Amino acid sequence: MKELLVISGKGGTGKTSIVGSFAVLADNKVLADCDVDAADLHLLLSPTVRATHEFRASKQAVLDPAKCVGAGQCSASAICAEVCRFGAIEVSNATSAGTSVGRGMSVLGTGSAAGAGLPHIDPVSCEGCGVCARACPHGATSMEDVVSGHWFVSDTAYGPMVHARLGVAQENSGKLVTQVRREARSIAEGQGLDYIITDGPPGIGCPVISSMSGVDLALMVTEPTVAGAHDMQRAIELARHFGVKTIVCINKYDLDEAGSEQIEEYCNSEGVQVAGKVPFDEDVVAALVRGVPVVARGSSHHVEGKAAQAIRRLWANIESELAGWQTGA
Amino acid sequence: MIVSVASGKGGTGKTTVAVNLALSLALEGTTSVDFLDCDVEEPNAHLFLHPVLETSEPVTLPVPVIDESKCSGCGICAEVCAFHAILSLGGRAITFPELCHGCGGCARFCPEGAISEAPREIGVVETGWVSCVGAAAEATAAAQAIRFVQGRVDIGTALAPPVVKAVRNKVGPARGTVIIDSPPGTSCPVVASVRGSDYCILVTEPTPFGLNDLTLAVDMVRELAVPFGVVINRAGLGDARVTAYCRQENIPVLLEIPFDRRFAASYARGGQLVRDFPELGDSLRGLWRKIRAAAGPLPEEAEMAR
Repeated sequence: MKELLVISGKGGTGKTSIVGSFAVLADNKVLADCDVDAADLHLLLSPTVRATHEFRASKQAVLDPAKCVGAGQCSASAICAEVCRFGAIEVSNATSAGTSVGRGMSVLGTGSAAGAGLPHIDPVSCEGCGVCARACPHGATSMEDVVSGHWFVSDTAYGPMVHARLGVAQENSGKLVTQVRREARSIAEGQGLDYIITDGPPGIGCPVISSMSGVDLALMVTEPTVAGAHDMQRAIELARHFGVKTIVCINKYDLDEAGSEQIEEYCNSEGVQVAGKVPFDEDVVAALVRGVPVVARGSSHHVEGKAAQAIRRLWANIESELAGWQTGA
Repeated sequence: MIVSVASGKGGTGKTTVAVNLALSLALEGTTSVDFLDCDVEEPNAHLFLHPVLETSEPVTLPVPVIDESKCSGCGICAEVCAFHAILSLGGRAITFPELCHGCGGCARFCPEGAISEAPREIGVVETGWVSCVGAAAEATAAAQAIRFVQGRVDIGTALAPPVVKAVRNKVGPARGTVIIDSPPGTSCPVVASVRGSDYCILVTEPTPFGLNDLTLAVDMVRELAVPFGVVINRAGLGDARVTAYCRQENIPVLLEIPFDRRFAASYARGGQLVRDFPELGDSLRGLWRKIRAAAGPLPEEAEMAR
């Protein structure tokens, strides 16, 4: 079983459109959408969700106002606020009990401290370290599990798919990626599948790093723009940092052929194979609007656009690469 | 006024809008402009603005250092750490600095006082200037330069938010106009970029991916209670569902930038669209007036008036 990760550094270069087509072209695979912040693969593959799971990897501090003695009583500015390094706890100067303290705050001014000097915990800033809960001398702060997203096991016309949705403004996207990959691997092992094909997130941070560990091959989808080339270089460096073999696809290469040549030269100098060049083709957008992969299923009689044909050649090269053959491309 | 430019989906044109808005305002010369590139994983604005960088400072996180002569192997540090950055094994504490969020819990609660903290570099913040002497340059000194700040997270480092916060901290209160180029997505690095801005411009494209990710971004800015509007980039490509969604949700569409291969070619080479296509500058200044009207009077203006 081989795991292919598709990433790009820069967003919007065409990762998901290409993965959607690979879903059509590859046999015996499971698909994994690891862009858990802004997942889109489902829009091309129309999955039927078989199972939904809550994702609980984070904790969040909550205050029990009945136990809190308030700032001034516990320390000048409340111990919890003093120990928090994330600026998530502020002490209000509110004087009336029951005052709303603003959006998303977990404490309303009721209870023994009667509003004055009550700490307020901001759930968006809280990273769940738990230091405040340990430091509170009155046991007023505790850590609660947070449902910070959901992950799904689905069926598509092209095979099983694992995907997820991180809650709004939540942390731990990396752990959710790990969960999606773990499930995809278990499906692949259970069903004896040949490939795990993973749609990765943009960037080079936490969720990308979690997507990358232990994959067999990373396909970098770039575009001939200064930003596309710049971000590809950082993503290639990241893959090298983690010892992952990388190949490149230049998408929309004909929008700037000179720029594409520069990318090819860079890749050659770095010993990175350019496994495919996909031309700009409005068919890609048209397919997206229809909600289907641009490479149509079982369409030997249908005349495919030039992008679809290029993606077929790209997949053939990747399949050879994953099989350990020299493609000479 | 602090305006962040964000999007759920990557590659919709955040940097294009942010860079060209900053340039069109600076060229007009009625406000000072600070530009913050908060996409610290993949900062791109410098490719278009060509800043002269003057300073570079490391961004660090405090990570634990174990004094083995004091460590009793009690394992409390490993129990305290919510990020699995310390493992207690065979009477020793082993640290994994790359997992550490710098909360300081281990050092605080070690009963032997065996843990101190040392800075670990996770990225840099760079500052400089963008010279943009243009038609209106003689109007005011402010027109001649954009103050530029960008962050870059070190490759292999998972923690972008502290670097984003370090970039944000480079702006003092009441500094004229601040434009923030945010990373894509809706999770912690985006929140760190968008939070506390006076207005957020969400850039999308008229495709099902653009729409889906726009709805996620709208959920995020609503959660953060930041006023927002939408810019539809590459209008004419795709379908009308983004427009219908905005109408249904009562979200202002601030500007539609048509799909134009000439724009794409200028962008591809790192061009400044407002210089190549001055009519776009007028559109962006129109967008700016809509944002100013929506945001209402700002505290710093009240201060300036005094």
